[in-house]
Formats: sequence, structure tokens, C-alpha cells
Amino acid sequence: MGFSGWRVLREGLSGNRGWTPQWRDPEPKSEYDIVIIGGGGHGLSTAYYLAKEHGLTNVAVLEKGYLGGGNVGRNTTIVRANYFLPGNSEFYSHSLKLWEGLEEDLNYNVMHSQRGLINLFHSDGQRDAFARRGNAMINQGDDAILLDREGVRKHLPYLDFDNLRFPVYGGLLHPRGGTARHDAVAWGYARGADSRGVDLIQNCEVTGIDIENGRVTGVQTTRGPIRAKKVGMVVAGRSSQVAAMAGMRLPIESHVLQAFVTEGLKPVIDHVVSFGMGHFYISQSDKGGLVFGGDLDFYASYAARGNLPMVEHVMEAGMALMPMIGRARVLRSWGGIMDMTPDGSPIIDKTGIDGLYLNCGWCYGGFKAVPGSGFSFAHLIARDEHHAPAARYRLDRFRDGIGLMDEEGTGAQHNLH
Amino acid sequence: MRIAGKGLIDRDTPVHFRFDGVAHQGFAGDTLASALLAQGVRLMGRSFKYHRPRGVLTAGSEEPNALVTVGQGAHADPNVRATVQEIYDGLEAHPQNAWPSLRYDLLSLNDLAAPFLSAGFYYKTFMWPRAFWEKLYEPVIRRAAGLGALSGQPDPDAYEKAYAFCDLLVIGAGPAGLMAALTAAEAGADVILCDEDTRSGGRLLAEDEEVDGQPGHAWAQALTDRLRAMPNVRVMRRTTVTGVYDQGTYGALERVGQHLPHRASLPRACFWRIVAKRAVLASGAIERPVAFPNNDRPGIMTAGAVRAYLNRWGVAPGRRVVVFGNNDDAHRTARDLVAAGVHVAALVDSRHEAQASDAYPVHAGAVLCNTQGRLGLESVTIRTAKGEERIAADTLAMSGGWNPSLHLTCHMNGRPVWRDDIAAFVPKPDMVPGLIPAGACHGAFSTHACLEEGRAAALRALSELGMTAKDVPLAEAEDAPVSLRPLWQVLGKGRAWLDFQNDVTAKDVALAAQENFCSVEHMKRYTTQGMAPDQGKNSNVAALAVLADATGRSIPETGTTTFRPPYTPVAIAAMGAGAEGKGFAPERKTTSHAATVERGAPMIEAGLWYRPSYFPDPGESHWRQSCDREVRMVRESVGICDVSTLGKIDVQGPDAGRFLDLVYTNMMSTVKPGRVRYGLMLREDGHVMDDGTAARLSEGQYLITTTTAAAGQVMAHLDFVAQGLRPDLDVRLASVTEQWAQFAVAGPQSRALLDGLLDAPLDPEAWPFMACGPVKVMGIAARLFRISFSGEHAYEIAVPARYGDSLFRLLVARAEALGGGPYGMEALNVLRIEKGFITHAEIHGRTTAFDIGMDRMVSAKKDCIGKVMADRPGLKGPEREQLVGLRPVGESKEMTAGAHLFEPGTEPVRVNAQGYVTSVGFSPTLGTMLALGFLRNGRARHGERVKLKDHLRQVETLCEVCDPVFFDPDGGRLRG
Ligand SMILES: Cc1cc2nc3c(=O)[nH]c(=O)nc-3n(C[C@H](O)[C@H](O)[C@H](O)COP(=O)(O)OP(=O)(O)OC[C@H]3O[C@@H](n4cnc5c(N)ncnc54)[C@H](O)[C@@H]3O)c2cc1C
Repeated sequence: MGFSGWRVLREGLSGNRGWTPQWRDPEPKSEYDIVIIGGGGHGLSTAYYLAKEHGLTNVAVLEKGYLGGGNVGRNTTIVRANYFLPGNSEFYSHSLKLWEGLEEDLNYNVMHSQRGLINLFHSDGQRDAFARRGNAMINQGDDAILLDREGVRKHLPYLDFDNLRFPVYGGLLHPRGGTARHDAVAWGYARGADSRGVDLIQNCEVTGIDIENGRVTGVQTTRGPIRAKKVGMVVAGRSSQVAAMAGMRLPIESHVLQAFVTEGLKPVIDHVVSFGMGHFYISQSDKGGLVFGGDLDFYASYAARGNLPMVEHVMEAGMALMPMIGRARVLRSWGGIMDMTPDGSPIIDKTGIDGLYLNCGWCYGGFKAVPGSGFSFAHLIARDEHHAPAARYRLDRFRDGIGLMDEEGTGAQHNLH
Repeated sequence: MRIAGKGLIDRDTPVHFRFDGVAHQGFAGDTLASALLAQGVRLMGRSFKYHRPRGVLTAGSEEPNALVTVGQGAHADPNVRATVQEIYDGLEAHPQNAWPSLRYDLLSLNDLAAPFLSAGFYYKTFMWPRAFWEKLYEPVIRRAAGLGALSGQPDPDAYEKAYAFCDLLVIGAGPAGLMAALTAAEAGADVILCDEDTRSGGRLLAEDEEVDGQPGHAWAQALTDRLRAMPNVRVMRRTTVTGVYDQGTYGALERVGQHLPHRASLPRACFWRIVAKRAVLASGAIERPVAFPNNDRPGIMTAGAVRAYLNRWGVAPGRRVVVFGNNDDAHRTARDLVAAGVHVAALVDSRHEAQASDAYPVHAGAVLCNTQGRLGLESVTIRTAKGEERIAADTLAMSGGWNPSLHLTCHMNGRPVWRDDIAAFVPKPDMVPGLIPAGACHGAFSTHACLEEGRAAALRALSELGMTAKDVPLAEAEDAPVSLRPLWQVLGKGRAWLDFQNDVTAKDVALAAQENFCSVEHMKRYTTQGMAPDQGKNSNVAALAVLADATGRSIPETGTTTFRPPYTPVAIAAMGAGAEGKGFAPERKTTSHAATVERGAPMIEAGLWYRPSYFPDPGESHWRQSCDREVRMVRESVGICDVSTLGKIDVQGPDAGRFLDLVYTNMMSTVKPGRVRYGLMLREDGHVMDDGTAARLSEGQYLITTTTAAAGQVMAHLDFVAQGLRPDLDVRLASVTEQWAQFAVAGPQSRALLDGLLDAPLDPEAWPFMACGPVKVMGIAARLFRISFSGEHAYEIAVPARYGDSLFRLLVARAEALGGGPYGMEALNVLRIEKGFITHAEIHGRTTAFDIGMDRMVSAKKDCIGKVMADRPGLKGPEREQLVGLRPVGESKEMTAGAHLFEPGTEPVRVNAQGYVTSVGFSPTLGTMLALGFLRNGRARHGERVKLKDHLRQVETLCEVCDPVFFDPDGGRLRG
């Protein structure tokens, strides 16, 4: 069923009785050409592009809980293409272009809002680093503007310009950066994949990966065994555990990242603002809540919740940067499990096992990657060759050191990225 | 209307306040809601989406409707629950989310468009044309959404944070909590008793009920007084426990000044971190409304709220009340109302077996199926076996049963279980380690059961803590069984609200199910049910029931969503207290700070430190003038620079040398006492972590330096290596950065300067480049290092920090006498660029020793951290971008750090990028701009020309690639 303003009017007039399920709940078949493990953003977009770009529809997405219940539904929804290292530059640039056509493509309003992202800097050295980044963005064909202090003040007059512990020197404005409605992204892809014939199987946890003679043959699940010619692992925070089912040990550590939302407020923050000195980023949702977050809790964990030291630190950073948000009340805080790699950049690759593919390592930046990752991963699975924008996301780069993409420059300590 | 003689308010203390511009009077002890209801004000807010007129629904912190803004300007506090806000003289409250006024709200038009605004409608439209989203649709949606408004001004008030520790934290001071606190306190445990209310008693404050033969509230007060008098008990009023965290950590918010007229000296709130060995959760229960058509009009309240206003605040919420329920509380409400002289027009009980009464008409087996009244309830329609009937009423009290307030037990991701007998979720045992639920939050609803469970919970905690309990008798109290027949929704024409706050109706939930958003989490996210400020406290269970119904599942099969911290919303300012302005991070100042500021030097942040940018001379109007002069001064005479901010780590022990060999790429064990060696440290992954010097002060003692930026990181790293990797090495580490004030004395005149200052002149033979040793300045033991970051003959002299200020002044005076003076960061930077010395602009975490041309410093004779990984093929070779020098050779002389490098004639796009610029500066020595940067295979390309391109600042400059050491490449000046 197509969605449109007319349709909303027509259904509204007839009591909204005509809306049909946005996706089916099929019973799993005993065999598929391709099984995607993980019904998060990346798993769903992979399935969608397998069907749409490659005509492969004998595909199942197996999700242990409900679709979109993982990080895709827990993030702070920032969508940007402001990376500067080769590999990341072209990948996120491609992903952002997909975002820019996503509503039309999916016929689903994911509320992608290009409201502009401002990364603040607080010293000459940081300005130089951001200039390098901005120039790399323009080299890639994306957009960046270097703002001085007054330029920042024009956009964000509510920052503490007088007394901030780390004075604002300026900011890098990425006008095409912004946010999107995270759940809608998962649902839009789910609906698109389902309507093309992909089976989305919820409450179906993969408990084993079957391998015969170095080739994957299927998976074991809580809803029985499912045979498959190809299997894609796309389980974000659970990547190490699922890959272990295939005997692999990934260079991934899982860490907790918290996020926060306040009660609804009339519009006060129009951009996405990021404050590196405080590891703080914030935007305001269309519903009016201030959505913000900070750094990892730092200890490795699979518990999707965090603790007070980081909660307080994030609030402190917010108070330091923009003391006008003091009276906003935090309504809810939550945590997600981040699949952190040694260089902070992701992995989209084949594995040593034929027919088994790996997509993981999104750290806390994989929401914006949802379209690009699915697109490139589908390409890899369908054709057994890397898609150019994601060709550098090799798993063996950590072994040979070729093409490491350490944007933060913090090295192989997972929780520092 | 007030009812004479009833309530716990102080009628001798009238309080004057304003709401919506109108002056009102209430009494001490009133909340804004009770005082307004007493004045007959029912309309207090507008709903989120449809802008429906709303009045109070509850009498507690879970209130979804009566949200107001208190105060004005920067003091304006949006989204305040009128049911929690105590009134004080001068309080000003304003309605919110209504325009032009609360009575006539333009956006209530949305209500007419409701058929088109069903759950999730926005996912299906507003997609065309694409550019309209940011330009039209989103701005309109944003403006319509939101509740109250922030002022946009910095929060001017004070907030605090505090910490507390106890054996037992009791959360909630109703009968269960009071009993738990008493039992534990009598046993000698350290007890903290928190309640969000202004006084203890919990439901006892709202009920007309006796405990131990006294009114319940009096019993609670007496017990609280007794507890308060005990030295091991701390009673915290107005304190909400907001979150549960690992290891018995609880977050709590105390309202300190929010209920009082503004006083600058008083913090508004205090955020507590409480660490408790055990905790008893005695948080009670929240009554649930019933979803029937138009159940949201002002005048419709929970029955428990009606009793609370009546019994606690002496307020009759209306003149004609209809009571509707599925349980015995409906009858209790009617009885209380009649006893207070309020007319009960009807009691509508959905149970067929409902008891008749002679005090009011009872309709058994009947339900409410509609209501009327635009800005307030005027009548209700009931459906009985005989058909529908309209009854005039200005107030409706409804009770759908009670939901245990188990939210805190879910904060560590535990899931509660369903109990059919009470039709409610209750906590499973041990959902939070050490937290024991008791009383109504645990599904025990009678006062007697609460007292009993409170005592039992404390006994369990005491025994787990190994403490001996005393015999604490139980008070006499009612023990009525729960009698309830679940009733979640009444079908009928019109919308039935579940989530009042977010305007989610039963139809929305059914629509979600129809579109296969059948998982409870999907339903929540699709409809926004439970995502409003009350986090679904009033509505989640009913919404689940409606979903269960729509999907043909039972409630336990449908499952719950997760409650997350905080229990009630907490101001960012409270959790972030103290961080505004400079409070965000420590400020580190060197010992020369005062003298530097006296000289008018602008200070800049260097990590947490402040350092001088430059020292302006009279007549200099631009920083470059000062910088150029300072550079020349160092090159020609002598300059003084405070370098105390560099990390200094004292490394001692018989294995100090071996230890340093492991952490540095080069050999440190062979450094002779009295000598210094420059060293490079790698991270485990083979990239450069930091550089610095290691001075061997004696056989078993080194003093190593780090960069200012990496001081903390290096210290942590060394500690990790010493404790985690090589505990077998006998070595001790201490950071002495702040113990020593250290100054660079740099320039051809540096020895001359020192000679007159030190107690004995320097013997040139004994003090070659890279020597170190003890010296004395005016009798004070000092350390001298002959090292240089400027390329000049230079020393660094260190004294205990307490002498730093005077030494700096002395050094500067002597330098000035020799034609020199102090220099700042700008000059320091130019000096080091001229010499090709690196900083963290170059060792930015992605460069290797190979990249910076220092692979020879990785000793082949030994292992070191990072060596194996640095040998990976990708970390060396011609493909790597290598450190080079750059100087402008074309028309444009401009150079900017952050620019990228291209071959001349190629397009400046990613695939052509060859490298980038890391540092630039104008060299007064060489009379040109200079830059350091990284260029692919750069060392092999000296002499080539490259294009420097900075799109952001529109700079394009042709440069020549050269050796990064621009000045004095042989180092003659340094050694001489
Ligand atoms: C607090 C927070 C803030 C963030 N902010 C941003 C941001 O602002 N911008 C941004 O770009 N990114 C952000 N991210 C990161 C982003 O959300 C993630 O990188 C991205 O969502 C991960 O990919 P995914 O959507 O496929 O993961 P998920 O949604 O986690 O999907 C993985 C799925 O796999 C399922 N699964 C796991 N194990 C199994 C199994 N054995 N069998 C079957 N299924 C299984 C899980 O249930 C889950 O649904 C943030 C993340 C968090 C937690």
C-alpha cells in the first residue's frame, strides 16, 4: 500500500480502517538463499537492497527480539558525512546521498532533517584539525564551512561565549548534516524489504552457525534450523558472540553508550551541536525533546544501560556549553551496546568461511551508515565482490596495518574511539 | 471548594499566588493543584497533540495533564506538575502549550483534524516535495509540538550535588517504608528514608483511615518524629529516588528551594548519589484510569486523587460527583465524599455484584461510555442494562485498579511478572540486587499488609547485613482484600484516552496492531504511548491490555516495555550542578601565572593549563609583532619560557632502566647518570604516543618528561605497564609535574644568564648538550637540563614549585638585562617549526616513527611496546604520508594548517590528495612562511613542488617540498 498525504486523508475519512500491516509475520521457511542475522538498521537495509538492487528475494532476516529493537532504535539519530580519512570519506558520502533520496525510495517519511551540524573547536590546534577535516569533506564533494567565533554565535547564540571553560574558537558547519527519526528508518526498510518478498522473522534468535567443509550451510535458531547458501552477520553489539558461533574471534569489544531525552519543549535548538571538549552532542527532536549524549561508560559490557558517573558528566558538559538548558528535565536515559573496533571504523567483509559475511564495528556512528552499509553489504553478498565505497572496510586491516581509519587518533584501545 | 474542618493544610497561613494572570489564595500545605481546585479552577493545561482542554488527573508526581510554567524570564520553569508544586507567596504560574490563551487555543483545531492525525500518520506523508521537509513541514510540526518553553537564557539559579552512604535506603515513607525504616533503625542500622512528598504517610495522607487507633497521617507523623530523633536515621523529604544503578547506587533528587520564594542563596535542587548496602522499595502504587470515550475532560480524575484532595487538602473537586470504578475503591470514594457533604450523583460499578447504598444511587454492572463539556465536565453518559443515560456531573472520579510503582526495579533491565489475582504487574524477586520491594509496589495493597511487608523486608536486609533485629510490633490497620474485576476500556463512539500526555487513544493502539506494530515496543514507538513525561505511569498497563485485546494475546504474553531512569524527570542543571562556566574542568595555572598576567600576556588553554600566548611590548598592536620579536630574541640573545606544564614523571628503582627500555623505542638503560636522552614512545598498535626526554639523575632514578597534552595518558600508560604487564620489574613511578616549576632559558646568551644566577658558574666541559644535574640557585637545590626545543643553546632549570614565581621573575629580569625576555606559545611554536620539531599536531595518533623520520630511533637491540605492530606492512613504506617541510614558492605566500596537498595541475579532490599541512608559522629568522606537513612518500620528494589547497579559507599556494629542519640543520647552535 502506497503512503501519501492523499492516502492519509482518504483513510482518515473512512475511520482509518483501510491501513494494512506494514510487514508480514511469516513462519520461517526451512531454507533460504540468504539469511541475514540481525533485524537492526543494517540488517534490514541489507535485505532491502538485496531485493531491490540485486533481485534477490529468497531472503530472511532473523531477529532475536523485535525489528529495530537494538541500537537503531536507541541512538541519538545524527546523520552526517564529515569524516576525513580515505575509506570513511567515500563511504559516508555515499550513505548521505542515499539518505537524501530515502523517503522517496522507501515511500516512508523517515524525517531526515538536514538542519546542519556544528562541531565546535576550542583551540588553534583543534581548528587546524577541523580545517583538515572540512577540506577533506570538500575534496570528497561534500559540504563544510569553517565558522569563526562570531559565525558560531550567529547560529548558536545561546552558547556560553563569555565564561566557558574551553572558549569557543569556532566551529565546522556541515549544512547537510542533521538527524532522522530512527525507528522510522528501521520500519521503512522493513516495509520495503517485506513488500519485495523478504521474510522478516522476529523473536528468532540465532544460536548456532552451521559450517561444513569451510562453507556455511545454515543457522540454528530458537525457531528451528534454517538452511541457507549465504549468511550475513549484522548484529552490531552482539557481533563477537555471533561470530564466535562460527569459530571466529573478532577484533571487537562491546561497550555501553548512554543517551538522554528531555521532556518536550518548544523549539530552542535548531542544529545538531557537538562539543568535543565535553564529549557532548545535542539536537532537538521534532516532538520537542532535547536528545543528547556523551562518551562511552568505558567498561566493556553487554548490559544495555549505564551508570551515574557518565550521566553526570554528560549533564555537566551540557551545563558548561549551554547553560540555558538547565531547566530542561531529563525524561529518560538508556544505553546501547556498541561494537567498537580497534580503529573506530567498521568492517564489511567476507570471512574465512565461504558464504559467511560480516558487517559490524559501527561503534557509536552506525545510524548514519544504515543506507550505505546495507547497500554495500548487499553488493558484497550478492556479487561476492566489494562495493567501491566500502572496499576499505576489510577485516584484515588490523593484521596488516594497511588502510587503518583511526579518525580519533586514539589507537587500538576500543573504548577511546 | 474548601470543606470546613478537613485536611492537613494550615488555614491560619494564607498564601497568595497567581495562575494565568489571576490572583488566587490558598493555604500553607497546598499544592498549586489543590489550591486551584479549591478556587474552582479546573482547566489547567492543554494536551500535546490535539490541544484538548485538560485539568488535573492525579494528585502526585505522575500527573500528565496539569503541567504549567512557574516563574518568568530566566527563572521560568517549564512543565512543572501543578500537583507537586507547593504554593508560596508570590508564586506565578502560567499555562503552556496554548495560544492565544488557555481557554481559546488556536491549535485545538487539531482536534477536529484528529481522523487524519492518527498514530504514525507523519510517517506516511509530508514527503513531497522533498525540500519542503526542512522548509515547511518540519518547522510547522516543531512549533506545534513541545510543551513548555525554555527561556533561552542561562539558568541563573544554584544547584548542588551531594553524596550519602547507608546500610539501608528506604524509598517511600508510606506505611511499608515507615515500618521498614523503624525496624532497621531499631536494630542500629544507618538508615536513609526518602520520600518525594512533603510529609510522610504516603496514601495514609489521602485516606480517611485509622492506624493504631489514630488518624493514619498522625500515626505516620509520630513515627517520623521518632525516626528523626534517632542519630542513625536521616529522613529526607521532597526527595525522589530517580534511578537505580550498579552496586547499590541510587540517584535521588531533593527539591530544596523550589517550593519557596526565590532566594539566591538557596539551591533549587540537590542531586544525590546514595550508595546503600541494601534498599527497601516502598514506593506504593498508582491508580489507573479507565479508557472510555472522552475520558479526558477537566473534572475527570482518578478516584484516589479525589480522595486525596478531599481528605488531605479539604477540597471538594466539584459539587456533583459521579464515581466510576471496577473495584471497592470506588465505594470508598463515594463514602468519603458523602461524609464530607459532597453530592454523589451516581456510583457506576462495572461489577454486577456491586453493593447498593442508601447514600447514593449505585449502578451495578454499568459503565461510563461518554462525557460532555468543552472546558470542563458537565455530564456523563452511562451504559446500564437498561440503556444509556446521561447524568449531570462536574466531577468524575474513576478507578480502574492500582498499578504497583515498580519502576525502579526495572532500571537494571529486569522485567516484572503479571499477577492475575490483582490484575497488575509486580516485581520479580531480585530484579535489582539488594533492592527488596515491600507493600503496594509489591502488590500488597492493604495497610496491614504494607506494614507487615515493610517489616519483613527490613528483617531480610538486616539478616543479610548480619545485624540483629529487635522485636518491632505491628500497628493495627485495615486489611481489606483486593476486590476488582479488570476493566481496561469501554468501547463506544469517540476517542478513549490512554496516554493523556501524548494524546494516545485506544484507537491508536488498535491501529498500531492493525498495521502489525504488535510487539509492545513497536506499539509504544509507533503511537508514542508511554513516551511522555509520565513515562506511561498512568497508562502503560491499560495500553498493553488494549494491545493484548487487539492481537488476541494475554497481557503477560504481550509483555511490558522497560521503565528507565529517571523515575521522575530531573533538571539537567541538577545533575550537572557546578559545571557552568569554569566549573566544568579544573583550571591549572603555572607558578609564573601571576607574573605573566601582570605583563599583559593573553592566556590560552593548553589542555587544562593556561599558558601565555605572547608577551606584548608597548607599541605592539598585533600578536605577530610580539611573536616575531620573541623569536628573534631567542635566536639572538635569550628568552624565558615556562615549561612546567610538560609532564614530569619520576621513575625510580633498580629496574628503572629496563622499564624505560620497554616503554621507549630507544635504549634508556644505557644513558649515563647526568645525561639526558630524547625518546619516543609508541602505543601498543605501533603508532607514536608521545615524545619527551629521559634524564638520568642517578643510577636508580630517571626523570622523564612528556608533552603537556599527553601527560595524563603517558602516566596512565606507564602505570598500566608497571602494574599490569611487568609487575616483576622493581620500579616506582610518581607524577611530579606540579612539584617542580621548570623554565626554558634559551638562546645564545643562556649560559651568560645562568652564570650569574647559579651559585656556581657552569663549567662548559661538564655541561655539554644533553647534560643534566643538580645546581643551586641562591642556596636552593635546583635541577638543570641542557636540552632545547628551540634549536638554540638552551637549558631548562627546575626548582621546587614554591620558588617558581620568584625564579621566573628573576630569570626574566636577567634576560631583559641581556636584551632578551619572556616568550610565549606562539614564539615557541615558530621556533620549533623552524627546527622541524614535532608536537601533537604531527604525532596526532595516526603517525608512526617511520612517518616522522624517526624509525632509526626504534632500537634493533631490544623489544619495546609497539615494536611488533609498527612492523606491519601498512605502517611503513612509500605509500605512507611522511613528514616534510614546505615553503611557498609561487605568487601566493599564504599557508594554512589543515590544507591538503596535491600535485600541481591536478584537481583538488579526494582521489588526488597527497597529504596535508599540520603546522604553519611565519619565520622571522628566514623571512618566510614555513609549514610542516605529511606528504605521500615525502622524504623522497624533497625539491618537488606541490599545491597547497584550503577550500575552506580559499587558499591555494604553490610550495616546495623540503626537509622539515629549516634552520641550522647541523645543530651547531644547539651544541655550541
Ligand atoms: C546511545 C547511542 C547513540 C548513538 N548515536 C548515534 C548517532 O547519533 N549517529 C549515528 O550514526 N549512530 C549512532 N549510534 C550508533 C548506531 O545506532 C549503531 O551503530 C547502529 O544502529 C548499529 O547497527 P544496527 O542498526 O544494525 O544495530 P542494531 O539495531 O543493534 O541491530 C542488531 C540486531 O541484531 C539482533 N541480534 C543480535 N544477536 C542476534 C542473534 N543471535 N540472532 C538474531 N538477532 C540477533 C539484535 O537484537 C539487534 O536487533 C548510537 C548508538 C547508541 C546506542
